[in-house]
Amino acid sequence: MPVSVKLPAILRKHAGGEAKVEADGATLRELLADLEAKYPGVTKNVLAEDGGLHRFVNIYVNDEDVRYLGSLETPIKEGDTVSILPAIAGG
Amino acid sequence: MSIDLTEGQTRRYARQISLSEIGLEGQRKLINSKVLCIGTGGLGSPASMYLAAAGVGTLGIVDFDEVEESNLQRQILHSTADVGRRKVESAVDTLQGLNPTIEIVPNDARLTRVNAFEILEPWDIVLDCTDNFPARYLVNDATQMLGKPLVHGSIYQFEGQATVFMPGRETPCYRCLFPRPPSVTGPPAGPFGVLPGIVGCVQAAEAIKLVTGLGDPLVGRLLIVDGLAMEFQEVKIRWDADCPVCGKEPTVTDLIDYEAFCGSRSSDE
Repeated sequence: MPVSVKLPAILRKHAGGEAKVEADGATLRELLADLEAKYPGVTKNVLAEDGGLHRFVNIYVNDEDVRYLGSLETPIKEGDTVSILPAIAGG
Repeated sequence: MSIDLTEGQTRRYARQISLSEIGLEGQRKLINSKVLCIGTGGLGSPASMYLAAAGVGTLGIVDFDEVEESNLQRQILHSTADVGRRKVESAVDTLQGLNPTIEIVPNDARLTRVNAFEILEPWDIVLDCTDNFPARYLVNDATQMLGKPLVHGSIYQFEGQATVFMPGRETPCYRCLFPRPPSVTGPPAGPFGVLPGIVGCVQAAEAIKLVTGLGDPLVGRLLIVDGLAMEFQEVKIRWDADCPVCGKEPTVTDLIDYEAFCGSRSSDE
């Protein structure tokens, strides 16, 4: 079942400017693959070359950093919200 | 420590004192506090103005820059007549005009690994109102090593983030949140002028709460502001026991070359 994915400003251009999209997957890995299939390029700066998560982009399932949940194997359930959050430095 | 407020102070801060959660005791704490704002730009403008207004007795500001016309779209400490002036001088004029009863300590300097400990040491609380990754990692590491609470704010285009890093209690630091800086950053567009206004005000509120012991500070919590949807979201920040700076066995115990850490040419002086 698709869940809501919040995209930060820097990634919205891959999704036609949308801030919230839907994607599907039983795990975060599957969900990111589905997201990339729907919006090519959106995971380019999220996933590193080795397939792991970059350490300057955080992903949250609801309000928890997936690093503490199971990383790419984090299970995704109906009703979850996935948020992609890059580091920002402006001031 | 009990000090008597002057009549002028009692009049000036009457509205704040009338809040039972603050009262005279809270106002005394503010008058006795020393808070440092690093940056007098988009975040530092509202943050320092509200700290001055609230009566932080000793307010420090750090900036190395000059006021430019394009700053005026959001950096409300400065006005048109200040274009070309040193930012700290312009800031002192605004802040002292707002509150002549407090002491304002300007530092016309760029914070570096060489001067950071000296500049940060005298202060109770530090606000990170800087605008680049090397500075943010520098401020984080230095405040962690000195044991100073750090009120973090950052923005990009229409989005903002804010939190409080409290050293020494198995609570997270900036590196727990973002262990590595990005190697690629977004195009330098924006920001939406009001956005640092919102986030800078959150920073001032958090600093005032830390001084007075009021409410629940954003420790272990990241506030995310989406200015377009005007939605506020909160996520948890966990302490990383393996953090090189604040973890169980720190491996970074002195300040490093932050430009190199962030992937750009070293500009150490």
